[in-house]
Amino acid sequence: MDKIINKHMHAIRVEELLKKFNGFTAVDRISFDVSYGELFGLLGPNGAGKTTTINILSTLLKPTSGYAEVAGFDIRKRRDEVRRSIGIVFQDPTLDTKLTGKENLLFHAMLYGIKKEEAEKRMKEVLELVELEDRADTLVEKYSGGMKRRLEIARGLIHRPKVLFLDEPTLGLDAQTRRRIWDYIKKLNKETEITMILTTHYMEEADYLCDRIAIIDHGKIVAIDNPTNLKNMLGGDVVILEIEGDANQYIEKLKELKWVKSLMVQNGILRMSMEMGERKIPNLVNLAEKSGVKINSVNLHKPSLEDVFLFFTGRKIRDEEGEGERREWTIREMRR
Amino acid sequence: MVDFKVVYILWLREMKRFFRAKSRVFGTMAMPLLFLVFLGFGFGRMNVPGISRDIDYMSFLVPGIIGMSLLFTSTFAGLSVIWDREFGFLKEIMVAPVSRVSIALGRIAGGISTSLLQGVSILLISLLLGFKIKGFFPFIFSIIFMTLVSATFVAIGLGIASQMKDVHGFSLIINFLIFPLFFLSGALYPIKNLPKIVRSFSYIDPLTYGVDGLRGFLVGESHFSLFFNVLAISVFSFLTVIISAFLFERSEAI
Repeated sequence: MDKIINKHMHAIRVEELLKKFNGFTAVDRISFDVSYGELFGLLGPNGAGKTTTINILSTLLKPTSGYAEVAGFDIRKRRDEVRRSIGIVFQDPTLDTKLTGKENLLFHAMLYGIKKEEAEKRMKEVLELVELEDRADTLVEKYSGGMKRRLEIARGLIHRPKVLFLDEPTLGLDAQTRRRIWDYIKKLNKETEITMILTTHYMEEADYLCDRIAIIDHGKIVAIDNPTNLKNMLGGDVVILEIEGDANQYIEKLKELKWVKSLMVQNGILRMSMEMGERKIPNLVNLAEKSGVKINSVNLHKPSLEDVFLFFTGRKIRDEEGEGERREWTIREMRR
Repeated sequence: MVDFKVVYILWLREMKRFFRAKSRVFGTMAMPLLFLVFLGFGFGRMNVPGISRDIDYMSFLVPGIIGMSLLFTSTFAGLSVIWDREFGFLKEIMVAPVSRVSIALGRIAGGISTSLLQGVSILLISLLLGFKIKGFFPFIFSIIFMTLVSATFVAIGLGIASQMKDVHGFSLIINFLIFPLFFLSGALYPIKNLPKIVRSFSYIDPLTYGVDGLRGFLVGESHFSLFFNVLAISVFSFLTVIISAFLFERSEAI
């Protein structure tokens, strides 16, 4: 059964949101809406402005300008209502490690004005959900990274928020734990119908979890759609050629071909997208020979979000800045 | 504005943490006890100029050491906000839909309780070492008075911590705030022995009135009148609590 997403009611509305820190623009006039029940992702490299966006929406930071509302409340004017409507799982752990899991949850519940008996009941529920019942009386300092994350998710849910923010929920976790957290998040979103907005720089994570993704880079949203549409944007398969020799003539010829939907060049590597790539490769090879270009390798794959990200930003998401030369892709073209 | 339930749970958290950190309890009590034992016995037979002939040095010292313990534990309790910031827990508190003033008051209440427990423990230990107090009511009054002294320094610690982003300024504060406050207060010697210029700083040190007031209650000898000491420490605690709650309210969570 498909889960219910109410497209007419917005859990989050963001308009022209801008945040500057001492002249540095962290969030650059972004706008987006998130519907109730949706699992929405902000995908981008470190420093893209994802966490800043979350911090603004959760009222921890004040925006420089722009408008945003969460669960129908203006984040500037109705801070307390916003706070009551949201749950947050921060990027870094925010648990009191000298308290037990249970105590952390109880502390949180009481902070949100939940009566003791009710808190006990809900605590049981959320602990069950994240499968931490048998470790609930252990001090959090003895928890593993994955357990801490799960406890934080449980804590974020105990006051039954309308919107749950998950800031890099699987950062620093091993692949197996990451999988489990993904399954929890998916299950939660489906069962509780809580709107979720998650930030990540893991492509697979965004692809696997999110109903819709906003790709964010240098504080700007460069693309926003569901994962399938984002991948279809490139128009078919991704073909990567590693070439040798003077490529200019070859590139000019490629640009004339209608079925080459997009084309990017980076010293000696051509990235193209086209439908039925496997049938087009011979043509590409022939054309290369005619242009006096030698092809060293050919790679063909179905487009991933990584390809989409690369296309929109000219960078791979995991390229660390300042790591040797900037690997900008020069020529970028796309036909639809 | 002030939600007492929030005050209570923050107080409860401090208490739980306190009783779990046994090494911290002994650690913070060790220094005042060492001072008490070695200075008390070491200088016990000396006639320190400025101290009335009716009381021995040990009797003079005990209120000073209690004041010292209150100063250290209270200020550190206030500074614990920095640790919460470091470990991320501060964010959890700061996004909760509760007034920050309640949070500040809860922390102050927790800090007062823990430092009071240590102050009273030192008083009881000093009784074993031969210190004599003037009866039951002075004992009770001295505890109430200690509460005010603690409130002052917890609030000062909290106020400073709310303005600090990381732990790096920490030792700076200890060296340039806590030790001067301690030495200026006349905990170890009468402030009349200090040069005039230095003494004028003693008069703006809350601990001066704290130590002197405790001496008044416990030993029956004080530089200022008991009434003046109580008044001074009440004003100090009131102002510092207001100011630190205000600073905490305005501080940023990240």
